[in-house]
Amino acid sequence: MTGHKTTFFKIALISVAMFGFGYLLVPLYDVFCEITGLNGKTGQIDATQATAVYQPDLTRTITVQFIANHNAAMPWEFAPAVNRLQVHPGKLYTTHYIAQNQTGNDMTAQAVPSVAPTAASRYFDKTECFCFSQQHLKAGARKQMPLQFVIDPKIPDRIQTVTLAYSLFDVTQPAN
Amino acid sequence: MSTATADHHGPARGLMRWVTTTNHKDIGSLYLLFALIMFLIGGAMAMVIRAELFQPGLQLVDPQFFNSMTTVHALLMIFGAVMPAFTGLANWLIPMQIGAPDMALPRLNNFSFWLLPFAFTMLLSTFFMNGGGPASGWTLYPPLSLQMDAGFPFMIFAIHLAGISSIMGSINVIVTILNMRAPGMTLMKMPLFVWTWLITAYLLIATMPVLAGAVTMLLTDKFAGTSFFSAAGGGDPVMYQHIFWFFGHPEVYILILPAFGIVSAILPTFARKPLFGYSSMVYATASIAFLSFIVWAHHMFTVGMPVVGELFFMYATMMIAVPTGVKVFNWISTMWRGSMTFETPMLFAVGFIIMFTIGGFSGLMLSIAPADFQYHDTYFVVAHFHYVLVTGAIYSIMAAVYYWLPKWTGHMYDERLGKLHFWISTISVNVLFFPQHFLGLAGMPRRIPDYSVQFADWNMISSLGGFVFGLSQLMFVWIIFKAIRGGRKATDQVWEGAQGLEWTLSSPPPYHSFNQPPTVR
Ligand code: HEM
Ligand SMILES: [Cu+2]
Repeated sequence: MTGHKTTFFKIALISVAMFGFGYLLVPLYDVFCEITGLNGKTGQIDATQATAVYQPDLTRTITVQFIANHNAAMPWEFAPAVNRLQVHPGKLYTTHYIAQNQTGNDMTAQAVPSVAPTAASRYFDKTECFCFSQQHLKAGARKQMPLQFVIDPKIPDRIQTVTLAYSLFDVTQPAN
Repeated sequence: MSTATADHHGPARGLMRWVTTTNHKDIGSLYLLFALIMFLIGGAMAMVIRAELFQPGLQLVDPQFFNSMTTVHALLMIFGAVMPAFTGLANWLIPMQIGAPDMALPRLNNFSFWLLPFAFTMLLSTFFMNGGGPASGWTLYPPLSLQMDAGFPFMIFAIHLAGISSIMGSINVIVTILNMRAPGMTLMKMPLFVWTWLITAYLLIATMPVLAGAVTMLLTDKFAGTSFFSAAGGGDPVMYQHIFWFFGHPEVYILILPAFGIVSAILPTFARKPLFGYSSMVYATASIAFLSFIVWAHHMFTVGMPVVGELFFMYATMMIAVPTGVKVFNWISTMWRGSMTFETPMLFAVGFIIMFTIGGFSGLMLSIAPADFQYHDTYFVVAHFHYVLVTGAIYSIMAAVYYWLPKWTGHMYDERLGKLHFWISTISVNVLFFPQHFLGLAGMPRRIPDYSVQFADWNMISSLGGFVFGLSQLMFVWIIFKAIRGGRKATDQVWEGAQGLEWTLSSPPPYHSFNQPPTVR
């Protein structure tokens, strides 16, 4: 019987470990997406650092398109200030999105970015973005939300258009 | 050893026998009965689905209920019917096939079984709660699955319980096989059913906990404020799909490997030739099990993977067809120039080989990533997995029941009715599922209660096949019932060509199989 018991515990240990492995997949997944730039996860760097590191490449022009999406029942008005910009890689640009809370309640939102094509996301670095933190708006309030970015000059030649899309999620905590 | 004190006593009397039993044969019967009940309830849900799809338009049930029918049908059939049926067969057969008196951990065995009725009662009870049963598809993708109302935690706990049950059951199988083989029964002498179950059990203990983790994350996302799968909180719904399919693809092999073992037992008996390529069968099974861990994203070709990812998962998936092909060719070689007879178990086994292979081919078509963009989430996928699961897994279970029923009950079943059951089922199941290939290629999406009129003809034909198939399973129930009640006495060997330790026992076998270890040639 003791023989059975040791075998039992050895094998039970495998299943406990695999339960843990299921959770381990979560950080692994994030690391994997970060390394490969999959999932449109964009880079984040410091503004002073960006101007120091990158040499502007004035011979190339890339079109950056801006898109705004609403998740499910998000009632805010949400749109980019300009729909597109012509940019040079290595140069720092600033633009903004506009949000208005048209409801009668104070609300909180979180914007989630995504870059297409996927291959571009590794070269798309933001120095400042309203998506870095949650945005609060009082009932009826309106706000310009800034965005500052630079494109890494190492971006492959075949990429001529980059699309940056934000989905806006309602993350207001229900009042208890 | 628990059996040392239990020498010559028979089963206890009355209902409590079944509640408290630790006997592998009793528990095997309980599992098989439970699986049959789930098969019938899940089948009734399939009848609702086919009735609604009989004609275009919404006529019988509302769309939410329709979706919960497809969802719960799948959950019942996978976790309630096929898996418990295989576990029941394992309980009955593994001790008898390796020359052991019982399973290694008899009380755990009782516990594993009795978790199941509670799990599935809980799952079915969600239909009577606010918002009804789960309706997101059996894969429970968030955010859709999180929209389920009051029943949500009950469904998750039901999955937890069923998962714990099968993990316990698998541990028992592994311990039994590793520790309780009769002297001389080396690993490479074990019957293939034992081998395939050993490997299946390892797949189960490695993947069921991952499923448990995934659904626990769903639970905490809904109730505890975590955001594993919510983009607003920094999570990602696509990650759920990765975790789910990391479990999900090995799971489909959990549903088919024991079937390979059954067919490998039946063919030699009725071809009166030993199994062709025994050791290559063992290695093929092991390599299928290994490969099943690295192909999961073929279920997710359309989520937006980079080309390298698509290619990797495409080639890895196609590679599985190689060991699977080895098996199919070994079976054919086993039959080659055998003196075959076609009793009911053999009919189901041969039917399995032909129709499972059709399902394998449609699987290969789906594994071509660029083609899958067209086929994904259409009825073509539905046709694929019903060929591998109904005419694959379920057919093997039916073959096994016909094959071993005389051993279990001591009575021959009604051969004439058995053959009739096979032919009606086989014709109707093809009328049911073959047209779904055409529907899928023409673009009919799965999990939709209504469809545009160009799909009407094939749907009606498919539904007709479905009704006949569904009804003909009542014959199966009747045949089993009749054989339990009585019938021509079965000999110990039952089948002229049968080989293996279980056939050296009486029919029905004694309550404790081998109190003295048998000699293995
Ligand atoms: C040659 C072997 C096989 C190959 C190449 C294969 C390939 C595939 C692929 C590529 C898909 C995804 C289709 C899509 O969603 O677009 C799929 C789905 C599926 N396969 Fe297979 N398959 C094989 C064998 C099996 C076996 C043996 C089983 C089970 C016994 C099985 C069960 C399933 C199930 C249940 C699904 C659908 C899951 C869902 O979305 O609900 N397959 N298969
Ligand atoms: Cu798969």
